[in-house]
Amino acid sequence: MNSRKIAALVLLCCFGAAVLPLQSSLQREAHAAHFHQTALTINLRERIGQAGFLAALSGFRSPLAALLWIEAHTAWENTEWGRMAGLFETVTTLQPRSLPYWDMAAWHMAWNASIAALQNEKQPSEALRIRAQRAYIQLGKDFLERGIQNNPDRPQLRVQLGVLLRDKLEDHCAAAEQFFQASKLPDAPPYAARFAGYEMAKCPGREREAYDYLRKLYDEGEKQRLPSLINLLREMENKLDIPSRERISSGIPQS
Amino acid sequence: MKSAGPTLAIARNTFTELVRQKVFFFLLIFALLIIGNSAFMAKFSFQEQFQMLKDISLGAMSVFTSLIAILATANFLPKDMEDRTIYTLLAKPVPRYRYLLGKLLGIIALLACATLLMSALFLATLWLRESTVLAETRAQLATASPEEISLAVKEVTDATFNINLLPGIAIIFVKSALLASLTLFLSSFATSSIFTILMAAALYFIGHLQATAREYWLSGVEVEWWSRVLAAGVALLFPDLQAFNLTDDIIAGTAVPLALFLNTAGLGILYVAVYFALSALVFSGREL
Repeated sequence: MNSRKIAALVLLCCFGAAVLPLQSSLQREAHAAHFHQTALTINLRERIGQAGFLAALSGFRSPLAALLWIEAHTAWENTEWGRMAGLFETVTTLQPRSLPYWDMAAWHMAWNASIAALQNEKQPSEALRIRAQRAYIQLGKDFLERGIQNNPDRPQLRVQLGVLLRDKLEDHCAAAEQFFQASKLPDAPPYAARFAGYEMAKCPGREREAYDYLRKLYDEGEKQRLPSLINLLREMENKLDIPSRERISSGIPQS
Repeated sequence: MKSAGPTLAIARNTFTELVRQKVFFFLLIFALLIIGNSAFMAKFSFQEQFQMLKDISLGAMSVFTSLIAILATANFLPKDMEDRTIYTLLAKPVPRYRYLLGKLLGIIALLACATLLMSALFLATLWLRESTVLAETRAQLATASPEEISLAVKEVTDATFNINLLPGIAIIFVKSALLASLTLFLSSFATSSIFTILMAAALYFIGHLQATAREYWLSGVEVEWWSRVLAAGVALLFPDLQAFNLTDDIIAGTAVPLALFLNTAGLGILYVAVYFALSALVFSGREL
């Protein structure tokens, strides 16, 4: 090895040492901005194999996730629900900040797989069919909850969890809470706040709170005054016996 | 400017030579990949379609630019020696470092063109798919309220183009320039292009693990001494390529703060400059 090569090696080490603090601070900066947060663990290595793990380590997490998603779609066409759940688990581990993956995984489990389990002709016991249905709904809920944990700054998955709690579990109090939390986040859809009120109205013991909340929305102006909101307010005014002078404008036609 | 003449002439010549070697034929494969991908994806929901189009297109861009960077750089020095072009060039008053700089600039220009062309193709496909989905959405919601229509349109546009894709693509380019410079350093002392390509490929994988080795070394965990020395060696000798993988998270909708983008690009440019300087140092003493 000639002297220039040795000098180059020494200089390379010196540069490596000098740049270390810069690399560490850049890594902290990236973490703070929600980059590089995927945990590439031994468990994931077992699920995606050596080649897949190498691809994930080499900066090809997203194409790998897309390919596994296509595989999950094929499993869906063949109604292989268990395999689908496993693939969804891997895809969401590879791309935890990707909302469509969490959202679709939850939808497939809580809606498609749960109904398929309930209508499973191969299972004669109704009790077992219902149990399987509940397990898939719970799996869908679990995907959304983990999606929210990974994306606490985005409202979409909270809205979807609210819909699941409302339509699949009929837990109106919990649904109200999810819609309400979603409505407080940036870029929340305007209906999230209304849905929070509608669900609160169905939550036992929170009727008056729901009325005040919906009334506040109504007072925000025309944009929130949709027929469903007006009808519900009228219904609640009667139910809660609100004095006539405090009721919403009598000029609005009954529908 | 006059002194930059020979360097720019070499850069121009390198670029032309690579174009003549039909390097841009890879664009056909890229086009087939993304157009085929979008045709195949028709059975998925539009969110899934756009997600996968971005995943596969940006992944392919990263693969192609990295391959061009390594293969084009590893090949030029042995080829110039075989053709004896290098002797003609260095017999003229052209310092060796200028010859290397010209070659590197030519390859970086090629990488810039390749990145631009692939980006244009990718963004055009994305725009076309978005237009189709928007037209379908508007037709389906013809009788809906304006609020519902604007929400549905927003959902589609949010899922397609995201301004953060642009810094993500820029970082793909910076990473490929870094790989070109690193391969140049390897080829400055390598005796064959196969050795350079194999070493560069190995460094590509090790570079992605550098951050893990660095954290392991600096965390101060009680481990065997040799394990610590190995981690230190990896952390000191290899570039942190993981720092340049922003697209995985950008595709998922994560916004890139300007400071993070500038710091990452700055680190990449620093690596390019340092690897070039080391190549020039080694190459200046090489017997040709």
